[in-house]
Parts: sequence; C-alpha cells; structure tokens
Amino acid sequence: MSPNPAAPVARLVGVTHRYAGLTALDGLDLEVRPGEVLALLGPNGAGKTTALGLLTGLLRPQEGQVELCGGDPRDAASRRGLGVMLQDARLPETLRVGELVRQFSAAYPAPRPDAETLVLAGLDGLERRPYGALSGGQQRRVQFALAICGRPRLVLVDEPTTGLDAEARRAFWSVLRGLRLDGVSLVLTTHYLEEADALADRVMVLRAGRAIVQGTPMQLKALSGGTRVRCRSALPPEEVERWVGVREARREGDRLVLRCGDADAVIRELLRRDPALAELEIVPTSLEDSLLDLTHDRLGVAVPHRSAA
Amino acid sequence: MTPQATALLRLQAVETGHALLQVWRVPAFSVPTLLFPLMFYALFGLLLPSKTGHAAPAHYLLATYGAFAVIGPALFGFGVGLALDEEMGWLRLKRVSPMPMAVHFIARVLTSMVFAIAVVLALSAMAAALGDVRLEAGRWLLLWCTLTLGALPFCAMGLLIGSLVPARGAVAVVNLIYLPMSVLSGLWFPITMFPEVMQRFALFLPAFHLGDLALTIVGLREANVPLAIAMLVGSGVLFLMLALAVQRRRAR
Repeated sequence: MSPNPAAPVARLVGVTHRYAGLTALDGLDLEVRPGEVLALLGPNGAGKTTALGLLTGLLRPQEGQVELCGGDPRDAASRRGLGVMLQDARLPETLRVGELVRQFSAAYPAPRPDAETLVLAGLDGLERRPYGALSGGQQRRVQFALAICGRPRLVLVDEPTTGLDAEARRAFWSVLRGLRLDGVSLVLTTHYLEEADALADRVMVLRAGRAIVQGTPMQLKALSGGTRVRCRSALPPEEVERWVGVREARREGDRLVLRCGDADAVIRELLRRDPALAELEIVPTSLEDSLLDLTHDRLGVAVPHRSAA
Repeated sequence: MTPQATALLRLQAVETGHALLQVWRVPAFSVPTLLFPLMFYALFGLLLPSKTGHAAPAHYLLATYGAFAVIGPALFGFGVGLALDEEMGWLRLKRVSPMPMAVHFIARVLTSMVFAIAVVLALSAMAAALGDVRLEAGRWLLLWCTLTLGALPFCAMGLLIGSLVPARGAVAVVNLIYLPMSVLSGLWFPITMFPEVMQRFALFLPAFHLGDLALTIVGLREANVPLAIAMLVGSGVLFLMLALAVQRRRAR
C-alpha cells in the first residue's frame, strides 16, 4: 500500500490536545518507523493515552496532524494496518478465545490463520476456554492476540503489563519480543522503566504533553551520567568534581560517590591519585535513575529543542 | 459479488452470530425476555378467561403481548447491552478495529429481531393450539412481519437510553419506561377501558401504534394505518438522530 518502505507507519505532527482547560498534549511530534519498538514513557497524565487515542482514531485531533498508514486513523480503511491493545478493556466473558480471535480476524483483509495467532500470543490449547475463565495474564494475551490477528503493520499496546505479577510480566515480554521478528512496528506506553529498557529500540519520555527527551535506552543512560562509581578514598569530592568525565561527586561517610560519563578514565585517575583506594564499585545507572533525573528537570541539557521557559 | 462485499457479509455474519451467542449464554437476559410474555399470555389470555367465559382475550392479548414481547429485547438489548459494552471498554476496542461500527449496530438490531421472531412465533403457537385463535395464513404472516419490524423504533429508543444513561442505571431506566409505556399504550388492558385523557395521551406513544396495528391485523380494531406507520417510523428516526447526536458529542 505504501510506496516507500521507509516512510513512517504513523505520526503526530505538532499535535496539541486539551480537555476542558487541561492541556494533555502540547505540540507533540512523534514518528513511528517501520519495524521499530517505541516506548512512550512517563508518569500518569503525561499524555501517553491521549497520544494513543489520536493514533487509533478514538479522538478527533484539535490541532496538528495525525497520520496512520498514510491515511486518517478515523477512517476504518486506515485501521486495517493497525492492531490495538487497550489498557482497561474487558471482553465478553461468555465468548471463547477462538471465537474472539475469529471475530477480530474477520475485520482484516489478510488475517493470520487462527492457529498461528494463538501460538504467537501464547494461547495454544486455550481456544475453547471462555474468556471469563482465564487468568489475568491469559486475558491480557487474548487482548494481544486480537491486536495481532490481522497482521497489522503497527501494533499499539497501552500499559500491557500493568497489574500483572513479575512472572506473568516476563512471559508477556517474551510474547512481545516474538512479534519483533515479524518486522512489525510496536508502540507501547508504560510507566515501568524496566519494561521500556527491556523491549524498546527507542524511548520517548513524555511529561506534561511534551517529549522531553528521546533516544535509545543506552543514549538515555549516557545522557544522565552513565555510571556510578563508589569507593573508599580520602580524596576531597570538590577536587574530584573538577576532573574531566565527572558529573557529580559527593561524600557518604568514608565513601566517595561519583557519577561519571567516561568511567574508565575517571577510575584510572582515581587509582593513580589515591594508592590507598579500596572497595571500588562500578554500577551502570539504571534507566530508572536516568528518568528520575529527567523528570525532575535536573538535566537541563537533555531537553534538546524545546525549552520550558 | 466483489471480494470486498463478500468479506463484509462474512464479517456481518460473524458479528451477528457472536452477538446472539453472547446473549444466549447469559440466561439472565434471554430467559425472562422469552418466557415472561408467554407466561403472561398463558395466565391472562388463556387461563383466566376460560373461567370467566370470555373468548376475546386470547385474540386481543396475542396482538398486544406480541407488541410487548418485541419491545422488550429491543429496549434491553440496546439500552442495557450497549451501556454495558461501552462501560467494559469492549465497544472502544471495536471502535479502534477496522470493523465499521455500522456492522456492530446492525448485528445488535438483528439480534433483537431474532428474539422478536422467536417469541412471536411461540405466542402464535400457544394462541392457535390453546386459545383457539384462527387467522388466515396471510394475516399470520402479516402479524409476524409487523411485530418483527415493529421492534426497530424501540431499538432506536434503546440506543438513545444506552447513550444517555450509565450501565448501572440502565436496567432501572429501561424498566421505568418499558412497563408504564406498555400499560399506557393498551398492551395489557384495552385502551378503551381508560379515561378519555389517557386515550388521547396514548396517541403519542409509539408502543400504542404498534399494538394498534397488531390488533387491526387480528381484526379487533380499525387503526389509522398511515398514522400508525408514520408515528412508528417518525419516532424511530427521531430517537436515532438524538442518539447519534449524543454519541457524536461524546466522541470529541
């Protein structure tokens, strides 16, 4: 359908959306590239669900442009390339898994065979089970099956593992990873940083309806200081902080704690200056730490194109 | 037929089949809507009159309980079923799928009509076998078609209720409309037993006109047929427009 295979599967251009005076999206630009996994990350009220509402055609754009598979998501025809898993949709408990899959497959022009959908979603053998008799994790997988049964080019998944226990969450992640091999674009919203880190090629952090930063999980980590170094040393933090590669240095008892960009150079320097140095620990900062930094605005440099002032 | 049309028909068939299955598997809905009119008919149309020696109730109540019986599934299916599906998020999931929403609404209408036909046929069988009701074949057929099509304006009325009232309140609101409207429309007692004012008021109720048409077909009244049809079509269109306006305003 699309002449250019590299053209974005979906995009928002300069989209602003308000609900009764509250600005949910504030001039957001977003592009989903073919085959990528994009995580929209942010606290509640950051605008994730509104962005999804616009991409699925549930919401009418107020300002800016919304495009899905080269068309308007409000046309049923553009949605033939879209599969959606909503955050809090409940399905009729009396219908069986196989019936639900068949019903949604019938809306797409070239759906997967039912058996393949069931295997991909990890529902093998549950075809005859009524939806109401499934566990929470299994119900989530049925909703996922409905999102992928039509071989869409883009799958949107809103908070896929909220409310699942750690084991069910990991099982669901492996289902999502299986989909990647298929070359499908996947957009997921989450407020689990671990989830974005585990699944996404690209993370877009939203706050108050704006993208405050985006990049690979690696880039995000690098942006906010990369590595934490902890050791027993008598070196004064004020002096260490002036070294190249050190973002921040402070003392915690007899420990010196550093946040570094280029940890290797800093460690060589530490060992050279303080032969008595001991108990050296080097910990890569988790995405969680990076984001805490970002959403608290400590990292002014991370906001590339748009300043809040 | 083009492949697109075939695919759309298939989609319609699956959606309708599943809508029926869904209702069928919740006996709390299907049993009362099917059995209540039959029980009332057995009681007031067959048992009591045989004791008092009147023959007319078997004819009269076949027509009016027929109307009562088709209005129920239409009001409940749309008024309550739709509000519930909306609250569950099941409708939202359908809205973001590539299925045109018209397919969903047609499936609901067809479901109401299947229920209508089932209960009207059962009533007719009881009337013929136990109530000694005899009609020409053409009249039977006309009665069944009129009652089944007569469910349509009430689907629209249910759609309006379902669009306005949250799921929690929908059952109560539908009952508050269904039962009084049926009584005031003469579906339980002949309208001529009511005071003049109430007889005039009944002219504004679509249920009265459906009952009036059915009574005319069984030969007990002489309805103003064009007026009755105009009232049924007109109220159906009005409810549909209002319901769509409510839905559209909510989509923003």
